[in-house]
Amino acid sequence: MTAVLERVLGRLPIGWLQLIHNRGRLAAALAGVAFANILIFMQLGFLGALVESIRRPYAAMDADVIVAASDMNTLADGSPLPRQRMFEALSVPGIASATPLSYGRIDWKQPDGTIRTLDVFGVDPAARAFGTPAIDAARDAIMNADVAIIDSGTRNVPRGLFEKIERGEPYRFEAKGRTLTVVSTFTIGGGFSADGYLIVSDQTFLRLFPQRASGAPNYILLRLEPGIDRGAVLAQLSATLPDYDSAVHTVDEAVARDQAFQTTQRPIGIVFGFGIVIGILVGVIIVYQVLSTDVADHIREYATFKAIGYRQRFFLGVVFEEALVLACLGFVPGLLVSLLLYAAVSAATGLPLAMTPARPPLVLAGTLLMCTISGAVATRRLARANPADLF
Amino acid sequence: MATSVLAPRHGAPPPHAADAAILVRGLDHWFGTGEARKQVLFDIDLAIERGRLTVLLGASGSGKTTLLTLLGCLREVQAGSVLLLGQELAGADERILVACRRRLGFIFQAHNLHDSLTAMQNVRMGLEVHGPAAMRNWREACAHLLRSVGLGERLDYRPANLSGGQKQRVAVARALVGNPEIVFADEPTAALDRESGLQVVRMLKRLGEERGTTTLMVTHDPRILDLADRILTMEDGRIVGDRSLPRSDPTSLPGRGGGHRDAG
Repeated sequence: MTAVLERVLGRLPIGWLQLIHNRGRLAAALAGVAFANILIFMQLGFLGALVESIRRPYAAMDADVIVAASDMNTLADGSPLPRQRMFEALSVPGIASATPLSYGRIDWKQPDGTIRTLDVFGVDPAARAFGTPAIDAARDAIMNADVAIIDSGTRNVPRGLFEKIERGEPYRFEAKGRTLTVVSTFTIGGGFSADGYLIVSDQTFLRLFPQRASGAPNYILLRLEPGIDRGAVLAQLSATLPDYDSAVHTVDEAVARDQAFQTTQRPIGIVFGFGIVIGILVGVIIVYQVLSTDVADHIREYATFKAIGYRQRFFLGVVFEEALVLACLGFVPGLLVSLLLYAAVSAATGLPLAMTPARPPLVLAGTLLMCTISGAVATRRLARANPADLF
Repeated sequence: MATSVLAPRHGAPPPHAADAAILVRGLDHWFGTGEARKQVLFDIDLAIERGRLTVLLGASGSGKTTLLTLLGCLREVQAGSVLLLGQELAGADERILVACRRRLGFIFQAHNLHDSLTAMQNVRMGLEVHGPAAMRNWREACAHLLRSVGLGERLDYRPANLSGGQKQRVAVARALVGNPEIVFADEPTAALDRESGLQVVRMLKRLGEERGTTTLMVTHDPRILDLADRILTMEDGRIVGDRSLPRSDPTSLPGRGGGHRDAG
């Protein structure tokens, strides 16, 4: 390592030699850097899980365009639309099919008395609202009244319950004063608001939510004819539908809007964003502490080097060298522990925490940056001083 | 630049100006600011000839270390003129100071060796400052110098495993490895016992004479006075005594280590 650094730096790697000379401090410093990395990785992981959990229900939809009430921010808060909008949309050339989608939320009481929250979609069983094969295959089954299919990714529910359903043993539970019969499962996975999803027919939906008027779904899912000019169709749709009660978005746009809203307007997204800032701050402070203590401990040696004729550049180089070594060596355990924690948190919460390929390089770059800034600050004391005052 | 502002106050050209390594004129220095400001050097005039060992003697607080650090570019000159190897230090910017420092060697009261580096690496730091060209045969140059201070067997020892005298000898090697024109030594024997102190100074003197180096040494240690070519005495910030001694014969000097070297 010393020889490699000597080759790279073109000088004696003093920073490295200083670091390995005091193994105890090096270990503490690396633990600090790793800790900051873990903090940042976890916050990024939670933020990523939030974004991913928002995307998943949209991704399951078999649709190109989603028509929603103009007040919609997230899938959970779009106001009902007149069903008439669906027929108006169908009148636009290029629209292949349209189907309504209703949204509601129920509590699912567990045997132990605790409650799981389920987001309920009411679909027209005659049409394909969701493209997932498991959902598509259950369309006939849910035509029967009070029959439902359930998200097997629902949080904090024993796996055995879903396995039983998949083996063909229907599961019954009471919600909203009705007894629902769950006959099969699909997988979307819970997010930060609900624990999982339930899909029923539009008729069952109205029985569960009697206050909802028939003919007033929350969303209208549209499929475009293949090869059509999407932009033109979207423009014509927007022109056709009255913009006081409906907004037209491609599904991708709707996902992006929902994610942007929840990560920047909702407390949860802001909390995770803030967590990232805190993680960076903690990292900067830890690295600054380590480097400035190290500079202070070697101030006589550095003063001697300054007396010999080394420039400020040299000291910056030494401290940067230390900062880079700390950043790189601390990153490895930080990444490994974060991967373990991602797996643990995913298992415990059912949230989609996953390491994206872009994240490690991003965090490493951030770590290098914060170490470099800390290093630059830590050498300020040396910059202006007369060497004679440092002894 | 500042030379014109801080021109020597004495009109007549100073004696020996041509061959002086250091020429000081009207140097004053203060410590502190405001009411706490205290003058520590008063109107110092001084010429240090090349190639000799000059000792600066005085009680602690007499200003000798301050004078040494001013001459060695380790402190900013406040008033008066210091001509070091032909370069005016008064008002000199950092770039000039760095260039000057590279022509000097320093030995301090504490050895100030880097405890993470071996003896070889510490000496190497004295060479590396001169750039890649100086580094071509660094191993040989550093090892040779360490051998000539009697540490040939301890090249890869860290300071923690060397005695006080050995550490100071490494510091001597580090100061000399870049072939400085002037060596400044600030009480190099203060932390050493009599025997190792004498040994260090003898080595410094021998190597200095072999290379024609000018040496300026601050001390209040009377036991090394008989090695000096010239003794300056300071009291309360003024030079009060200046005594030149008959030049001793270098070959008669007791010393250790390699007796021959290629002055490079």
